[in-house]
Amino acid sequence: MNFTRRKVLSAVGAGAVAAALPRRKAFAQQGPVKIGMSMPQTGSLGAGGQAALLALRMWVEDVNQKGGLLGRKVDFTVYDDQTNPANVPGIYTKLLDVDKVDLLIAPYGTVPTAPIMPMVKQRGLLLMGNFSFQVNAKVQHDMWFNNSPWNDASSWSDGFFSNGQKLGSKTLAVLAADNDFAQNLANGARELAKKAGIKSVYDQNYPPTTTDFSSLIRGIRAAKPDMVFVMSYPNDSVAIVRAVNEIGVGSGVKMFGGGMVGLQFTPIMSTLGSQLNGIVNYNSYVPGMKYPGIEDFLARYAKKAAEAKVDPLGFYLPPFNYAIGQMLEQAVNGTKSLDQKKLAEYLHKNEMKTIVGPISFDKNGEWAKPRVVQAQFRGVVDKDVEQFRQPGKQVVIYPNDYKTGEVIAPFEKARSAKG
Amino acid sequence: MKYWIGAAAVLVVAFLTAISGINEYFFYAAFVVLQFMVLATAWNILGGYAGYVNFGTAAFFAIGSYTGVVLFKWLNAPLAVQIVAAAAVSGLLGFGVGLLTLRLRGIFFAIATVAIIFIMETMMINWRYVGGATGLQILRPDVLPPFASYTRMLFAVMALLAVIAVSVARYVQVSWIGRGLRAIRDSEEAAECSGVPTLKLKLFACTVSGALMGAAGAPMPMYLSFIEPASSFSLNYSVSALAMPMIGGTVHWLGPVIGALLLGTIQQIVTVTISSEINVLVIGVLLVLVVVFAPDGVIGLFKKFVKNR
Amino acid sequence: MDFSFDLLLEALLFGVLLGCFYAAVSIGLSVSFGLLDVPHVAHPAVMILGSYFTYVLANYGLDPIVAGVVLMPAFFLLGILIYRFYYETFEKRGSEAGVRGLAFFFGLAFIIEVALILGFGVDQRTVQAAYIGSSLELGDYRVPYRMLVAFGVALVLTFSLTIYLSKTFTGRAIKAVAQDEPALRLMGANPVRVKQWAFGIATGVSALAGAMLIIVGPVEPAMDRLYIGRTFCVVVLAGLGSMTGTLAAGLILGVAESVVLMMFGASWAPAVAFGLLLVVLGIRPQGLFGR
Repeated sequence: MNFTRRKVLSAVGAGAVAAALPRRKAFAQQGPVKIGMSMPQTGSLGAGGQAALLALRMWVEDVNQKGGLLGRKVDFTVYDDQTNPANVPGIYTKLLDVDKVDLLIAPYGTVPTAPIMPMVKQRGLLLMGNFSFQVNAKVQHDMWFNNSPWNDASSWSDGFFSNGQKLGSKTLAVLAADNDFAQNLANGARELAKKAGIKSVYDQNYPPTTTDFSSLIRGIRAAKPDMVFVMSYPNDSVAIVRAVNEIGVGSGVKMFGGGMVGLQFTPIMSTLGSQLNGIVNYNSYVPGMKYPGIEDFLARYAKKAAEAKVDPLGFYLPPFNYAIGQMLEQAVNGTKSLDQKKLAEYLHKNEMKTIVGPISFDKNGEWAKPRVVQAQFRGVVDKDVEQFRQPGKQVVIYPNDYKTGEVIAPFEKARSAKG
Repeated sequence: MKYWIGAAAVLVVAFLTAISGINEYFFYAAFVVLQFMVLATAWNILGGYAGYVNFGTAAFFAIGSYTGVVLFKWLNAPLAVQIVAAAAVSGLLGFGVGLLTLRLRGIFFAIATVAIIFIMETMMINWRYVGGATGLQILRPDVLPPFASYTRMLFAVMALLAVIAVSVARYVQVSWIGRGLRAIRDSEEAAECSGVPTLKLKLFACTVSGALMGAAGAPMPMYLSFIEPASSFSLNYSVSALAMPMIGGTVHWLGPVIGALLLGTIQQIVTVTISSEINVLVIGVLLVLVVVFAPDGVIGLFKKFVKNR
Repeated sequence: MDFSFDLLLEALLFGVLLGCFYAAVSIGLSVSFGLLDVPHVAHPAVMILGSYFTYVLANYGLDPIVAGVVLMPAFFLLGILIYRFYYETFEKRGSEAGVRGLAFFFGLAFIIEVALILGFGVDQRTVQAAYIGSSLELGDYRVPYRMLVAFGVALVLTFSLTIYLSKTFTGRAIKAVAQDEPALRLMGANPVRVKQWAFGIATGVSALAGAMLIIVGPVEPAMDRLYIGRTFCVVVLAGLGSMTGTLAAGLILGVAESVVLMMFGASWAPAVAFGLLLVVLGIRPQGLFGR
């Protein structure tokens, strides 16, 4: 290289200028650490995705204020996949080959995540899962780490079935969307029901584009089941709740619900209001559960959510999305690198400390100790968001560690119970 | 002869590009453009040469994809076998659809082909082996050298398919088959009266068209590592396969090639820079503009330009 | 699944209501395609446009049906514009233009769809009203009020249009132009103006149909693709140009879909309309009551 006088002088000059600038965040010179993902911000999962995204952005801000990762600023690139799995492979290819990101986070939800599992396995990339269910079961990628508090189908359906059987239930109706999430769960639930000696009197898959459930609800009513286990995505969950309120599911049904995604999103909860009453459904967090640091987070989140006009309560996804950030932070700081393999090893070996408690992973990348709650909606009134802040609107019936009440049955009776 | 030299040159360039060091995303996008080139060329054999507007492209394309998936899942078949099988199955479907619908005129034929799409889609939704409405994750086999990645190999494969498709279209165009199809397009009754075997020619065009569309569909599940019915059977394929030849010009085999290059490239650029919705808007707007202002496409404009000089 | 007579009866009842709804959303197409031979594949898209405008007006407190009626004049004008453009660009130039006319309407449908996505997003939209969400109890059967409302509006629409076409002067002119355009011209009437007026009516009716669509269930921009099958199935099954035929054909489709749904499950229902369409095209392309 020729060191001309001009070049040397300009280099010295630049150095002097740089030295003279005030240092607020001393980020290292290699450029930012790029984290990329697709998040369903519109479409069926949109309401949840927007809240989750806010939490992730909070984490990015927090970590940059502390000096970034490995001394480098964190750059966060997000696209909207519209809850359409067809959009996801293209987006992640773009993230990897055009945006050249260093770390990947999965989109929220099983349906948008399923398409990229083969891709990340074949490219040997770490993927931080985001509330998907058993999406790694077929692909068996060893660099997958899920943030959601469930493991396999039993972690989900145990609560529902055990309470149902306590009430003397012998028959089951299964209503499942034909998508990755619902099918994964339905297959597991069917096995478990058989093992528990519960007889199936109705079993229907419906295409995800179904909007009118009156026929299906009528079919369920005619089959006279004791329990109705529903596995649905937000658009369908809303339509199903409406159909049940419109034409009724039969007075013999003891428990209804179980795996309905979307009934945890605040906008949907406030839209449906009293129509939710009596439904027993899963959740990840309800007010009253004590996790270290979560109440501070929720308070900070509430302020930002009000500005951004998204889900003001932020119970279901945001804390767990913030936890993704915390886990990445611990792994990167623990290994002092961005090497995908080293990070994966670290995450497998160590217990992560997060605002949703300690998390350790089994060999499939799911939680070794699942913590899904089943809760019954009781005494919910229409058009009131703040009511959900108090414990009591969602009475936890499982597991015992977090239980706050017994399930009220039959379902029709629980709909008018005061709480 | 000139044509074959050109075709060979294209193949060589494609192969060299595939083993070069260009950014991976180029191959990801170029694959789609080449795929549309095959679809547009295939469409044009029936739609442009014979004048039968087929809206069912998505059905033949998707059935090709699903054939590939079934063979891969059942027998671990290599890509070449998948493509040949897909062409056979979609060709058969084309033949069957032709038998059923070629007696219908204009818009009825078009609507009938749309019906085929939804019926095939519903059948795939109800077939759990291929994943139903949920879809299937697909783990690709390892890539063969000299290609550095599977996507690059698919790019080369699709380039080969494009050359094959265009060669077939060219052959049809210049042969007696093409003359017969043109006669059908101009006036079917007159053609019948002059002794042109209209039904046989139409069935031939339907079958070949379907087979090429199926062949284009077979690499798709490998490309995405995923398949699901809603996007595979999307009407976007049908409208694109129609818009591209109309933009390029329907009378000559170059028309679909030009149309695919133009519209396909615009679509890919828009997807990367803006959003994928605008993609659909681009198809719609260009289709309307071409159909209103330049009904003979780019080739037509070019001819007019040459004539007026 | 056990076959129950009760369930079948309920499916039939629901099918009749659904069928009238399908007739109502197809009747505009019966006029524009059935009578005027315009390859209007953008008809469902225009209807969904009506649904979204109903949604906007309903957010201001207007009852959805009232909103639909309010939109009718605006859509009437829209229809005239669309027809005018179509006529000048395609119909005038003869039969080859038929293919391009079809392509034009597909392009138009796509443009409307994307405009809605850009304006409203891909999320589903619904409206609220007193009659949405509750049902009428007839013994063991439950009939959702929203279906009864759609049923009522459908009957009113069909009968008004039938009477209009057979009793009023312009109505009969429309039927005349469908049957024998040169004769009409010889009698001094301007066929283009008549057709334009008819297309306007068809589009105006679509506005109300759109309102009913969003009353019956949630709408999203891409729904027009599925409704192409349903509306064309009804119109072709009816036979081009018959209004009461449209009602009958709608009923057949509605009942068929409802029964298939009950017996084979929700995943086969979308194929019923298209399957029926193919069967009709194959066996009796002139439909049940066609000209």
